[in-house]
Amino acid sequence: MSYQVPKFRHPELPRNELGYTRADYEGSISTLCAGCGHDSISGSIVRACHELSLEPHKIAKLSGIGCSSKSPTYFLGKSHGFNSVHGRMPSVVTGAAMANRDLLYLGVSGDGDTASIGMGQFTHAIRRNLNMVYIVMNNGCYGLTKGQDSATADEGSASKKGDPNPFGAIDLPGLALQLGATFVARSFSGDKEQLVPLIKAAMSHRGFALIDVVSPCVTFNNNTASTKSYEFVREHAAATGTVDFVPMREEITTSYPPGQSQEVTMHDGSVLHLHKLSEELDPFCRSSAMMALERYRSSGQILTGLIYMDKDSRDLHEVLETSRRPLNTLAEEDLCPGDKVLQNINASLR
Amino acid sequence: MKSLEAVNEFVIKFANVNGTGSASANNLFAKALFRMGLPVSPKNIFPSNIQGLPTWYEVRVSEKGYLGRRGGVDIMVSVNPQSMPQDIKEVEPGGYFIYDDTKPLDLRLIRNDVNIIGLPLTRICNEQYDDPRQRQLFKNVIYVGALAALLDMDFAVLTQLVGDQFKGKEKLVLPNIHALELGHQYVKSNLQCPIGITVRASDQVGDKILLDGNTALGLGAIYGGATVAAWYPITPSTSVVDAFEKYAKRLRIDPGTGARNYAIVQAEDELAAMGMVIGASWNGARAFTATSGPGLSLMSEFLGLAYFAEIPTVLFDVQRAGPSTGMPTRTQQSDVLSAAYASHGDTKQVLLFPATPKECFDMGAASFDLAERLQTPIILMTDLDLGMNDNMSEPLHWDDERRYDRGKVLSAEDLDKIERYGRYLDVDGDAICYRTYPGTHPEKGAFFTRGTSRDEYAVYTERGEEYEKNMHRLMAKWETIKEYVPKPEVVRSKQATDTALLYYGTSEESSREAMDYLAEDGIHVNAMRVRAFPFNDEVEAFLHEHERVFVIEQNRDAQLRTLLMAEFELGPDKLKSVLCFDGTPISARNIRKQILMQMPGHNVTPLRRERVVGNGE
Ligand SMILES: Cc1ncc(C[n+]2csc(CCOP(=O)(O)OP(=O)(O)O)c2C)c(N)n1
Ligand code: SF4
Ligand SMILES: [Mg+2]
Repeated sequence: MSYQVPKFRHPELPRNELGYTRADYEGSISTLCAGCGHDSISGSIVRACHELSLEPHKIAKLSGIGCSSKSPTYFLGKSHGFNSVHGRMPSVVTGAAMANRDLLYLGVSGDGDTASIGMGQFTHAIRRNLNMVYIVMNNGCYGLTKGQDSATADEGSASKKGDPNPFGAIDLPGLALQLGATFVARSFSGDKEQLVPLIKAAMSHRGFALIDVVSPCVTFNNNTASTKSYEFVREHAAATGTVDFVPMREEITTSYPPGQSQEVTMHDGSVLHLHKLSEELDPFCRSSAMMALERYRSSGQILTGLIYMDKDSRDLHEVLETSRRPLNTLAEEDLCPGDKVLQNINASLR
Repeated sequence: MKSLEAVNEFVIKFANVNGTGSASANNLFAKALFRMGLPVSPKNIFPSNIQGLPTWYEVRVSEKGYLGRRGGVDIMVSVNPQSMPQDIKEVEPGGYFIYDDTKPLDLRLIRNDVNIIGLPLTRICNEQYDDPRQRQLFKNVIYVGALAALLDMDFAVLTQLVGDQFKGKEKLVLPNIHALELGHQYVKSNLQCPIGITVRASDQVGDKILLDGNTALGLGAIYGGATVAAWYPITPSTSVVDAFEKYAKRLRIDPGTGARNYAIVQAEDELAAMGMVIGASWNGARAFTATSGPGLSLMSEFLGLAYFAEIPTVLFDVQRAGPSTGMPTRTQQSDVLSAAYASHGDTKQVLLFPATPKECFDMGAASFDLAERLQTPIILMTDLDLGMNDNMSEPLHWDDERRYDRGKVLSAEDLDKIERYGRYLDVDGDAICYRTYPGTHPEKGAFFTRGTSRDEYAVYTERGEEYEKNMHRLMAKWETIKEYVPKPEVVRSKQATDTALLYYGTSEESSREAMDYLAEDGIHVNAMRVRAFPFNDEVEAFLHEHERVFVIEQNRDAQLRTLLMAEFELGPDKLKSVLCFDGTPISARNIRKQILMQMPGHNVTPLRRERVVGNGE
């Protein structure tokens, strides 16, 4: 079956700076299960892009394989998308980003896609600080192949099938921190107020931005014995603080009492406000972030919010010193040295 | 004993220890002959090891222009005691065995039908040099000097070459020339020279160059406009990307900003390398990767995606022998089948088979045009022999009028003129559809790339009819592809014949030489060199024209023959196999022998397939 979103929209929908309504950032109608956390994340992506006034066609959305990786069809219908192969989206984004540094790269993956088959590529994209937003729709199971435990399922957690998972979980934010990731956040699909500003901040970050979003699978992993169910997450989430994101062109209107708030200017000029920060976490200090994650984990809580950010991050293009002009715009005159040079090379080979 | 006598026509082999710097000295020798106007074909036969194991370097010298392996060794320069027993056995009766006689030769090794020549290499080095590293390095240069005297070479060519090779490092010139003189002098004053085999200046080289195929490929990628290279190190393909990088650093720096007009990413593995190539190509850059057998296996899933999603992809496969713990530093043509049908589902991949460095350059550059025009992976199949050895080649040439063929890509203006864009809609009837790059148009042209679960407009569907329709179109595209890929080359015998040879890639030179031998045996054959898969119609016509066709290849399973049988539904009677898979390049004598055994009326029963042992001779 194929679906297209009906084009009729209410004329009064709010428009952003580019004159786009939120509908301009939507995609086809979702074919995921009703209530799937992934759909809420898609909604947050739509909202973030609309509010940031991004040009939809300047975004490229790429994914691996899984229910989560299908979701890019359901947002940003005016953007090019790429449903690649299982676990290998990071490499496809790497190539795409090398070809054109001027697009915004949004990678969408699942916990199976990232923490098992795609673990190698995930870690190396982090290590290279590829300039992209990497969203893991993390449901602790393989939704599309019908609910097997994934590598992010907590030890002892049980899916609908009922067997408790005997293995420890891979904590993606913890791993990313250890690998030197320059932007690490965690959120919950059910908490749009937290997730939308995090997505916006991630999109303004230069370098690799991970958002691990706990996203319950209502069909296979939303039962009482699961630690990735709506109920469990609502009860056990603890936020690092609140994040407000002010795009570059907007005036800063909110103000926070001094001492409780921090302001960060992103490299594109936008401003990130962090307030009501937990005293135990300095989000600009990697070791503080690692310790906070571990502390919450051992007390059975899920730490959400912005966990770490490196304000001076250098992305892969800067490291490779590639031209400012996107490589895919270069033509013969930039690329082909011509026959005269070749004849000199011939001469050196005689 | 009758000693071999020859002028400008012989095979010399050096037996060395890996990691002692012998390759550059041996190369000096080969290049000097080349500068004297003699066609040479040096082949480095090296172990998968950094230091210590035996390594060989074989140089075919042939004024007649034969560049393949002939088989047999006329002069053996034995500098490795470890392999001496084997090396002395390889020398042709009447040939020459040159060894380091600082230590006397083991009496059990002595052959009475071979000229044994001693050179006190170690003793000379120990007298001349204190530094152990110098002793090792110059030992090699000394025997090159000695050979100059034994073969009556023009010594000035050597000294000039040393000057050229160490341009910029002048301090090294005199010590090298001194070492050459040490060897030369020793022979002149102590031995009878020249020996029966000699060289003299000739004019058979013209404007040809001496170049390895991998460097030519790297240059081809530069000229072909590649901007993204992603790779994972694997012998024998590594030097392709090394060459690309070397030339990119010189030729691809933006003059205004100093920034790089290229990006090279050393990937975490071959899966990632292929993913990067696909991502970059999807996004409108020309990208490539280079690998060898094990890497090709890892790239398989992605090659399927690129086939189905129709993403231009360029892959250079430098073939080697078998698995990583096989003979990774030896040559073969054994990835043919796994490349041709790489991946899951019904897939067929386009293969190119270059045979010379010039063809590596030409086909390397053309791969990018073909990939973009045909929107499918192009797998260029070279091998270690072509890739890593200096091969004599026609000079490289680039037509400055030539424009890249970027294939069917719609611009924003094009999209404005279209009612509804369909990524997989065959509007021109050649089964090739129009692409759009991400970011082209605010409203039109965006689509979601996926394998096959979509219709002509790239809208999600799992309908079987849509799948079938798409697969039929891909088959129709396969027909279009035949018109674009390089055509075969045909050599006709002067006499009418119903027998033919068919070969590809590095089997060419030895096959051509074998044709001459066969003519002397009274067997006249036509020959075809296949240069691409899918096979063009000419290949089919050629097969039908002949009663029997010997398919010559460097693998055990007769892989190209299998491909011919599958594609043309031919029976096994017509297609015979000539095979070599011992890891060394196939030799002319070997080809002749295998053909003679399979000719009708020959009194030797033909070997059954499984007993055809690749014979390196
Ligand atoms: C190479 C390969 N192996 C296995 C599969 C089958 N497969 C499809 S989706 C999936 C798991 C997806 O899990 P996850 O990434 O967590 O996504 P979810 O469906 O839970 O959102 C698997 C194993 C595949 N498509 N490709
Ligand atoms: S199976 Fe689970 S993950 Fe997949 S769509 Fe349904 S609820 Fe979502
Ligand atoms: Mg999952």
